[in-house]
Amino acid sequence: MDTPNPIVNKQVKTVVKSPSIWKQTFRRLKKNKLAMISLFFLLFMFLLSFIGPYFSPYILDRTNVANMNQPPSAAHWLGTDNYGRDVLTRLMMAGQISLTIGIAAMVLSVMIGSLLGAISGFYRGVVDMVIMRIADILMSIPGLPLLLILAAILSEWKVPAEYRLYIIMIMLSFVGWPGLARLVRGQILSLKEQPFMQATEVLGLSDRRKILHHLIPNTVPLLLVVATLNVAGSILSESALSFLGLGVVPPTPSWGNMMDAANNFMDFRKRPWLWIPPGTAIFLTVVSINLLGDGLRDALDPKMRR
Amino acid sequence: MKQYVLQRFLQMIVILFGTSFIIFFLFAMLPGDYIDSNISLTPQRAQELKALYGLDQPVLQRYFKWLGNALHGDFGYSLKHQENVLSLLNKYVWNSFFVAILALFLTWSIALVSGVISAIKQYSWFDGFVTFFVFAAMSFPSFFISLLFIKWFGVDLQILPIGGMIDTGSDSTGLAHLLEVGKHMILPVTILTLLSIGSLTRYFRTGMLEVIRQDYIRTARAKGLKERVVIFKHALKNAILPAITLLAFELPGLFSGAIIMEQIFNWPGVGRIQLESVSFRDYPVLMAFTMFLSCLTIIGNFLADVTYAAVDPRIRLK
Repeated sequence: MDTPNPIVNKQVKTVVKSPSIWKQTFRRLKKNKLAMISLFFLLFMFLLSFIGPYFSPYILDRTNVANMNQPPSAAHWLGTDNYGRDVLTRLMMAGQISLTIGIAAMVLSVMIGSLLGAISGFYRGVVDMVIMRIADILMSIPGLPLLLILAAILSEWKVPAEYRLYIIMIMLSFVGWPGLARLVRGQILSLKEQPFMQATEVLGLSDRRKILHHLIPNTVPLLLVVATLNVAGSILSESALSFLGLGVVPPTPSWGNMMDAANNFMDFRKRPWLWIPPGTAIFLTVVSINLLGDGLRDALDPKMRR
Repeated sequence: MKQYVLQRFLQMIVILFGTSFIIFFLFAMLPGDYIDSNISLTPQRAQELKALYGLDQPVLQRYFKWLGNALHGDFGYSLKHQENVLSLLNKYVWNSFFVAILALFLTWSIALVSGVISAIKQYSWFDGFVTFFVFAAMSFPSFFISLLFIKWFGVDLQILPIGGMIDTGSDSTGLAHLLEVGKHMILPVTILTLLSIGSLTRYFRTGMLEVIRQDYIRTARAKGLKERVVIFKHALKNAILPAITLLAFELPGLFSGAIIMEQIFNWPGVGRIQLESVSFRDYPVLMAFTMFLSCLTIIGNFLADVTYAAVDPRIRLK
């Protein structure tokens, strides 16, 4: 009754080049109602953020003093802000920024983390010790305070507003890679003992090929789950930093810095349409990503399903 | 066991040094400082002040000087508050600590109870509710939920204060003072609990589910033990043991998680001092607080590993 471990399964299948594990996974994922709802919601969010602005009759950053602080109406579904800008249009543009930062930060952390983790687990010895101690050190400084320091450095360097978001991505991946490196290292350690690695030895493959073509691809199922959850974390961190005025700064909109309106007591009390929509957008997006990641975990490893 | 503890201890020392090094160098990378940003100073006076605070020396020298002083408990002088950093932090850290410890207690008790019950009654409506709640709690941005709570309970319903630790201009003493502070603490503690409860509940639920599928639980049931005894005596102990390693991260986690909450609730704690220091470039305070959190994490981690090794012999035999 022992169902075959899909990770082991996958190794065998990669050698014979069969894509069917992904089909199997997707079939199982389709049965998970919550995960599918989340997936569709995320697709909707993407379309809204990236295509939505083209359908908006309002131009981003076009200020309109005659039309300030209007509550939601038929013309402005989510009202207008202190400069008379349409909140819905800004919300969609902010979605582009926040989603892009979340995904880019994840891609960067996954690249750095899986490479360093794989090198660490493959070579062991001094390399392993150095990389893992650096990871330990970075992990022992709590995330938010570390990001605050990095953000302070960023402000001191007077980085122009339009480049800030790239640096935010780098900052988030700087905080995110150690956990991933540790995870990949653990996987590599056990994969190295598998027979297929002996085969690569017999074939006389180079270390580079062993790591990039045989070891890292086998960590993909696990990485996929962790990477998904990592996007959620990055979006949350970015929004917190931007809310504090240390992340993406206006005029570039992000869900976090749109919520800055709540720091003004009048706006907070009298004009909830300025800060509730971006907050809800962050919340719903992050919930969906978390549910999807959880669904993926179950789908990739049915034995673990509870 | 002795060897394991010694090995972990040495490792801890290395990490402590590494962390202080990284923190110091990050700050040393900053191009400006408190004196540069003060435009009312003449260049000559600025130079004098820099010499006074040792800001004109090379980085490595400054690091060792800072480290030497730090080891004596001297983290320098807050440039903004004109006060010894340690006494400044000491003044505010307790306000944060009380909220954190209360939240910690609530989080662990609620997470333990709900995690275990939802594991025993897997797929029940209660389990569904807990799972739903866990995901919501894990996904709320701290500032958004804080603001929502202030809006609902402070502004709309007006049953709880919207911020601060005491009413404005209040000079109550004794029990009245305690009640007043307690009332102001309700929302901050609730928020902190909400923010950390999700992952812990999930952890207990998963742990419990894993344990009740073990053979020894089947054996216990086969022996004819009462279900209550099986769950609470045989299963629970094994399910919560790995959580010891989490406890170490909880307190520093709560302190850093409280930074945004304290800012929004105007709570006079270290988190607010930290954020204030970021905007005023008050480096001694920033460094001391970040170092404090890292030390808490590292030492907590060490204690957790040692305790875990003490209760679970498999760890130290590896």
